[in-house]
Parts: sequence; structure tokens; C-alpha cells
Amino acid sequence: MFPRPIQQSTPLAQWVYTIALPVALLIWLFPLLGVALTSLRPASDLAQGNYFGMPSGIAWENYIFIFTQTPIGQYMMNSLWVTIPTVIGAVSLSLMTGFALAVYGFRGNILVFFMFVAGNFVPFQILMVPVRDMTLNLGMYDTWYGLALFHIAFQTGFCTLFMRNFIKALPFELVEAARVEGVSEWRIFWFIVLPLMRPAIAALSVLVFTFIWNDFFWATVLTQGVDSQPVTAGLSSLNGQWIAQWHLVSAGSILAALPPVLMFFMMQKHFIAGLTLGAVK
Amino acid sequence: MTAASPTLPTQRIWNQRAIAPWLFLAPGLFMFTVYVLWPIIQSITLSFYDWNGLYNKDGQFTGTFVGIGNYAELVSDPAFETSLWNNLKWLVLYMAALPLGLFIAIFLNQTVTGIRLYKSLFFFPFVISQVVVGLIFSWFYAPNFGLFYLLTEVITGQGTAILADPDVVTYGIIAAGLWPQIAYVMILYLTGLNNVAPDQIEAAKLDGAKGLKMLWHVVLPQLRPATFIAVIVTVIGALRSFDLVSIMTNGGPFGSSRVLSYYMFEMALGEYGFRMGYGAAIAVVLFAIMMVFISGFIWKMWRDETER
Repeated sequence: MFPRPIQQSTPLAQWVYTIALPVALLIWLFPLLGVALTSLRPASDLAQGNYFGMPSGIAWENYIFIFTQTPIGQYMMNSLWVTIPTVIGAVSLSLMTGFALAVYGFRGNILVFFMFVAGNFVPFQILMVPVRDMTLNLGMYDTWYGLALFHIAFQTGFCTLFMRNFIKALPFELVEAARVEGVSEWRIFWFIVLPLMRPAIAALSVLVFTFIWNDFFWATVLTQGVDSQPVTAGLSSLNGQWIAQWHLVSAGSILAALPPVLMFFMMQKHFIAGLTLGAVK
Repeated sequence: MTAASPTLPTQRIWNQRAIAPWLFLAPGLFMFTVYVLWPIIQSITLSFYDWNGLYNKDGQFTGTFVGIGNYAELVSDPAFETSLWNNLKWLVLYMAALPLGLFIAIFLNQTVTGIRLYKSLFFFPFVISQVVVGLIFSWFYAPNFGLFYLLTEVITGQGTAILADPDVVTYGIIAAGLWPQIAYVMILYLTGLNNVAPDQIEAAKLDGAKGLKMLWHVVLPQLRPATFIAVIVTVIGALRSFDLVSIMTNGGPFGSSRVLSYYMFEMALGEYGFRMGYGAAIAVVLFAIMMVFISGFIWKMWRDETER
């Protein structure tokens, strides 16, 4: 293990480490804590210049205000409407593409695989004008499904990479044994491989959920109104209206950050497994 | 094994096996082609046109072919030059995420009570949307009461409103971007450190290696897969720096914090009108830069695949 376990160090070093951990964390999360505290500070405190002193009270009304006076609730629903179909769509499509690329040694296999991988890294801007144009022409501009369809297609690239490597690591004998028994290819996929894919499905679901919930660029390019704008884009436009009303900006930020944070804490193991794919040999 | 297996079913099975992969690929490949591959080709084509994004009443494309006109204009466009320089700053400074992420990972790679929670909390910034990160840092940098502003006031006697100063604004945004990026690199290295072979560490210890020497000669070589992924995601993160610029400064003040991804958006959909062709040309330049790194990644993957 590297570095040397702290338990083998001198008591002084251990003591320093115990103190250093919370201090370092506090410094690391300082901006976030500041915003969290500001979101609960009464507007009157900010008006009097009391930014960091004792708050005169806990202002839950900041949250009540943004829920009742702004469409933030609607924005968050819109985000869900885009995010959940995208998770289902991208995971389903990539289960199939991943299976195809991992199990069959057809000609062009590696080419198709690399294409998915490379496509995953292209800058969004090279897709922007044609995708927006196509979405407009199909009458899907400013709808949840127009945005979700694009996300499904794009996320399929990353998910395919993941699924393919995951299936490759499964024992291939399972597939061969089934083939000897005369099981059809579709049934091999459905009854033999799919049940083993649960961890991969879980990992990708949380990752894609977070990526899509946090997406800002495509939300800006493909939607515009309160009826379909996700919370990232919505928050940005609210920020324009709330000039310097930091208690509201903070409360909105905390709300927008909450769902992926909860998702992360609930599914931590899967989340990290997905993210660190390839970080170990 | 039955000797009497007739040829016909076998043939059918082989056919099935030849067709099956394409059937499995079809839906994903279709979506990916329509939304990713084809738009790339369209954008490249469009970069040779002058187009305002509109169609005439018969639904026909109204752009005019200008050859390399858009690219020629880019060369003498000062805003493009600023964006390109800023992209370079992003690329170079973003690399700081690697040593810093490694440092935190080493700091946290212990087994004391509650360390799991510490690791999760250190990872926190990555889970949050960049829009929120941008807002958090705008507040942090805010003139007169922002913590950073107050800090500079205490140290230098005069507060710095970092987002309003054309000379330093880009560095301020990069620092905001580094926050989640360091967290990402940290988690990659934590996973890597978990898998460092203990016997090699012990052997090196017997040879008298410790501290930095151990890190450099024994641990880092074993962390190479993690480092590789970290470099890739950091480069991509640096070149995709749209969200923070848009939230924190809108490219200002005076366009000094523009990057290619943001400038492209401004040209094609922003207040400067709908110059789709010109925007596409900027996107092609960004794409070309990214392609350098993508090719490197694919090349390494190809080598790994064929080695197996």
C-alpha cells in the first residue's frame, strides 16, 4: 500500500493527520459551503452587508420563494423528462451494440467500435448547427423528446465502450455452451448475457443520469421555453433575472445540484466503478 | 455428438451468426450515424458556405458557397485569436489537475475511520453541474463581498474583481473548472492506488526506497493506466469549457475570456446574428485540435486490442 499506512507512523503524525483531514475538507468544499449557507440567509442580511457574520435567522423562505414565484419546479420536472428516457434509451441501445461488438468477430468490428469511442469525444460544437437544424425540421425543437433523442444517440457512444468491455470480460464459454445447445443468438443475449449485466446497467444508469441532468450546452441549443427547458438552462436564465440576489441564486443552485448528489450517494459504488473504467489494468 | 447432423440447420446457424451482430448494432448505429457522424460531415461542408440558418419559402437551403472564405476570415479575426490563445491556456493549466488530483488521492489513501465519507465528499464537486460550479465561483469572486475578493484585499490591500479584469479573467474561470476536474482525477488515482501491487512496494522498501523516490520509481509506473485516462479526460474537459465561460462571464469582459467552443456558439446562435457557416468553420478548427488527441487515444486502444 502506498503511502505507508498512518497507523505505522508516530503518534504525532497520526494526530496531525486526524486534524488535517477535516481541515482540508473544509477548505476544499469552502465555496460550496458558502453558497449553502447563503441560500439560508435572509435577504435583509445581504442588503445590510452581513454576508459572513451570524445570520439573523434561517430563511427557509428563500426556497419557498423560488418554488412558488419562479418555475424552478417545472424546470426540474423538465430535467427528469429528458434524463429518464435518455438513461433507458442509451442503456438499452448500448446493451445491444456492446453485445454485438463483444461476442461476434465480424469484419469491421474494431472499426465500428472505434467509431463509437471516437464519436464520444468530439466537441459538441461540430454537431451543433446540423443537429439543431434537423431538430427544427422534424418539429422537435423545444420539446423534451427532441433533446432526449440527441442525448440517447450521443451517450450510446460512451455506453457502448463500457458495455462492450464489460461483456468481453465475461466468460465466453457461457455463450459457446449455449450455442452448442442450439440456443438462438437473441435468446443468448436475453437469457444468458443480460442477467449478468446488472452491475454495468446500474453503473451506466447513474453516470448517464448525472451527465444528462448536468448538461447545459444542449439544453441551451435545443430548448428555450419554461415548458421544456431543463433546470441547468432554467437556472441560467433565472440568474439573469436575479441580478445580485445571491440568496436566491444560491438556493436555486443547491436545488439543481441535489438530484445528482443524491444519486451519487445512493449508488456510490456503481458510480465510481463506471467512472474509473480503464483506470486499472 | 450426433453424426447425422444435416447441413441445412448448420448453415442456418452460420447465417444467423453472420447477421445477428448487424441486427444488434442497427438501432444504436442508426442513431449514432444520424446524430453524430452525419452532422460532422454536414458541419465540415457548411464551413465552406455563408448561411444565416434560414430556408426560403420552398424549403430550400439559402446558403452561398464561399470556398475557404470563412477560414480566411478566421485568420485575421482578433476574437478568434483570443479564443485560440485562451484554449491553449485552458489546455496547459488544466493539466495541473493531474498532480493535484494525485496529491489528494495519496493524502486520502489511508484506512482510518470515516475515510470513505471523506473520499466521497472530496469527490463532490465533480457530481455537481458546471452551471452550479460557475455560479458558486461567481459568488466566490464577486466584487466587494466575495471571499476571494476579500482575501486579495487583506493580502494586497486592494481587492481584485477577477471576473471583471480582462487580464486575469480566464485564469479565474480555469480555477473554477479545475475544482471538479481535480476531483475526477483524484478518484481515478484512488482506484489506481488501490490496485498497486503490494509485493512490489515491499520489495522496493527492502531496497531502501521511500517517499518521493518510491512514488516516482515504483508507484507512478503502476499508475500509468490511470494517468492515461486522466490525461484524456482532462484534455477533453479543457476543450469543452463552454458551460463555465457562458455562466460566469459570457465571454467578457470585452470578449477576453472567450474560448473556441463559446465563440462558435456566439457566432452561430448568439447576439452577433446567425452566421452558421462561420460558426461551423470555428467548430471545424476545434474538432481538428480534438482529433489530434482522439487519434492518440484510438491508437493506444488499437495497440492494446491487438496485443491481446
